[in-house]
Amino acid sequence: MDFAVAQWLAEPGLNHFLIVSALLFSLGLMAVLSKKNVIMVLMGVELILNSANINFIAFSRFTELSLEGHMIGLFVVIIAAAEAAVALAIVLNMYNRFRTIHLEDIFTLKG
Amino acid sequence: MYTQIPLTILLLPLIGFFVLIFFGKRLPRQGDWFATAAITASLLLSLYVLITKLTIIPQESVSNSLTWVTIGSLEIEIGIMIDNLAAVMLVVVTLISALVHFFSMGYMKGDVRYSRYFATLGLFSFSMLGIVLTNSLLLMYVFWELVGISSYLLIGHWYEKKSASNAANKAFIVNRIGDFGMFLGIMILFISFATFSFEGIFGAIEGGSLPFGSEGWLTAAGLLIFCGAVGKSAQFPLHVWLPDAMEGPTPVSALIHAATMVAAGVYLVARVFPMLTADALLIIAYIGAITALIAATIAVTQFDIKKVLAYSTISQLGYMIMALGVGAYTAGFMHLVTHAAFKAGLFLGAGSVIFAMHKSLHDLDDHKTDAQDIRNMGGLKSKMPLTYATFLVFTLAISGIPFTSGFLSKDEILAGSLAFSSINGHWLLPVIGFAVAGLTAFYMFRLLLLTFHGKPSDQKRIEGITESPFVMTIPLIVLATISLFVFYSFNPFGAADGWFFAAIERPLSIVPELMQPAGNALFLDVLHDVHGTAMLLSILIAAAGIILAFAVYQWKKISSETLAQKAGVFYKGASNLWYFDEIYDRVFVNGLFMLTKISKWFDENIIDAIVNGTAVVAKGISAISGWIDTNIVDGLVNATATTADRAGGLLSHVQTGKLQTYLVYIVFSFLVLFILFI
Repeated sequence: MDFAVAQWLAEPGLNHFLIVSALLFSLGLMAVLSKKNVIMVLMGVELILNSANINFIAFSRFTELSLEGHMIGLFVVIIAAAEAAVALAIVLNMYNRFRTIHLEDIFTLKG
Repeated sequence: MYTQIPLTILLLPLIGFFVLIFFGKRLPRQGDWFATAAITASLLLSLYVLITKLTIIPQESVSNSLTWVTIGSLEIEIGIMIDNLAAVMLVVVTLISALVHFFSMGYMKGDVRYSRYFATLGLFSFSMLGIVLTNSLLLMYVFWELVGISSYLLIGHWYEKKSASNAANKAFIVNRIGDFGMFLGIMILFISFATFSFEGIFGAIEGGSLPFGSEGWLTAAGLLIFCGAVGKSAQFPLHVWLPDAMEGPTPVSALIHAATMVAAGVYLVARVFPMLTADALLIIAYIGAITALIAATIAVTQFDIKKVLAYSTISQLGYMIMALGVGAYTAGFMHLVTHAAFKAGLFLGAGSVIFAMHKSLHDLDDHKTDAQDIRNMGGLKSKMPLTYATFLVFTLAISGIPFTSGFLSKDEILAGSLAFSSINGHWLLPVIGFAVAGLTAFYMFRLLLLTFHGKPSDQKRIEGITESPFVMTIPLIVLATISLFVFYSFNPFGAADGWFFAAIERPLSIVPELMQPAGNALFLDVLHDVHGTAMLLSILIAAAGIILAFAVYQWKKISSETLAQKAGVFYKGASNLWYFDEIYDRVFVNGLFMLTKISKWFDENIIDAIVNGTAVVAKGISAISGWIDTNIVDGLVNATATTADRAGGLLSHVQTGKLQTYLVYIVFSFLVLFILFI
């Protein structure tokens, strides 16, 4: 293993965080696009939100932004909580209406 | 002053008509007394007018007129005129009308439309008096049509009977044909002379002006006016309506179809006599002769009492017309007057018989036997002495037996026709005249013998016959009295000596000299020569006719069947009325049908073809424009729509309704944008 690589790995910087965030985003997007279950889709959404949070925090740590990133991160968490509440209520209604929570079975708006 | 009384005479029946038509049902006795009183007053006034006219101013004619219409410089006048002709006619019309009113009180008793009947009699009398009194052709035409309509109403009085309403229609329509000719004649004169009054027209012709400057047109105008007389006076070939008109009540037949209305035609010819050319008069004479002969032959074969009288009327009218045609003006008009009295009497007598027969049949509850068929009568002499006696007088009069009025006038007519033929050589006219005289005597005595003499056809029926009430017999007695010679001339063998010939003189012809008929002086000269011969012949022929009738129907020496067989074709033709109705049916009715068929064909094949052709062209044009519309205009519109539809259809595949697909699009699009712009 090369030294530079080892050093890069040993000394975490901005890029490491961005890579983790990108992976997390990709996983979230994957979940949103491919999962049948609405709950799982919502989970994917949470992953995407959190990847964004990691980005905010990372930029706040490695640039001149100081604490603004943290504040937005907290905001996102709160909004995510509210969103989850609203979304789960929607899911319940959806189940009431269609007797399923599988997204592929719901296509009433097909053109 | 002289014209006020005639006006009153004219208007009295009209007042009667209006009162009865509006209030008739509310008046006591349905108002028959009112109508009768009105016409009786007219009669008395007419007698006064006649006497005054003949004693005070015998040579003048009194007239009075007022302007009715002014069109530009043209003034149309209406007015009345009294000359001796009109004065005599006034008395004839009102006398017969009044007697018929009295008779009707008995005959029409209990009729459903009693007051309407009397009202219509009033209207008729008014119209007839109008014809008599008028001084212009226009007013004459108006009254002429009024007579037509009131005759129509009276013939169709019992309009519930199909035959009666048909007869009324026939009378009216056939009369219209004649009236059409009359109208044309009046118009020819009016266009040429711009006046309707007799005086004006005669004055213009006398002054040498002719209609359209041609003498032929004058003859034509005269003949066209004569057409009106042909219709009203039932002359050949328009005589067919009169026998059918017997469907009306019998007193009506006496009034209208024996004495007055049918005499209107003769009166019209007498009125326009001065303007008739020799040619026109010759045609008139022949028409009259033909009518007299045809009708007399038919009368021999009829069995209905009223039909015999109807044909006899036509025949006698033919006599009058012939008399006027040959120039025996006074004789023709005198025959009108005498005939009015005895023919009205014959009809009223027939009415009396029919009335009695009806009553008898009604009492026997017999509704099948025809009350008018003379074969069902016979032997009525003892049961109805008054009716028989008067009927005998009338029959003698119409047969031309001396000491009756009929002898006087008929003798003059025959003498006139003989004189005419010896001047002009038309020997057929007197031959027909004498033949008809014999036939008349024969068929009238046949009627008399079959009805009153001989054995009754049914004893039971004859027992129920009783003499008619006085209101019916008194008019008969009055008429029988004036059928005697003394009322016309004190010399029973010479009418020319009487007041009548003095009062009514043949007017001078006013047509250009070349067209004039033989002058009156010459005519009277020849007439004087042949008069004795004519009288002898006419008495002999009438006697022969009477003896033949007695031989056949009283003494039964000759069987009527063998007589009919001997006559062969003639009997068959005459008993079938010489097929006039059939000929008219074939020629005019079927002709009209043919015409309508041709018109229909024309309509269907030519007019419709043009219409259809237009339609086809329009259809073709519209098909082209429709094709353009559907294929080009609509095509463009549809193409736009289809394009939008297709595009939408294609794009609608994208809209799956699945949330995750949309997200895929978003991500993908984002990626594309990302790659493009960064």
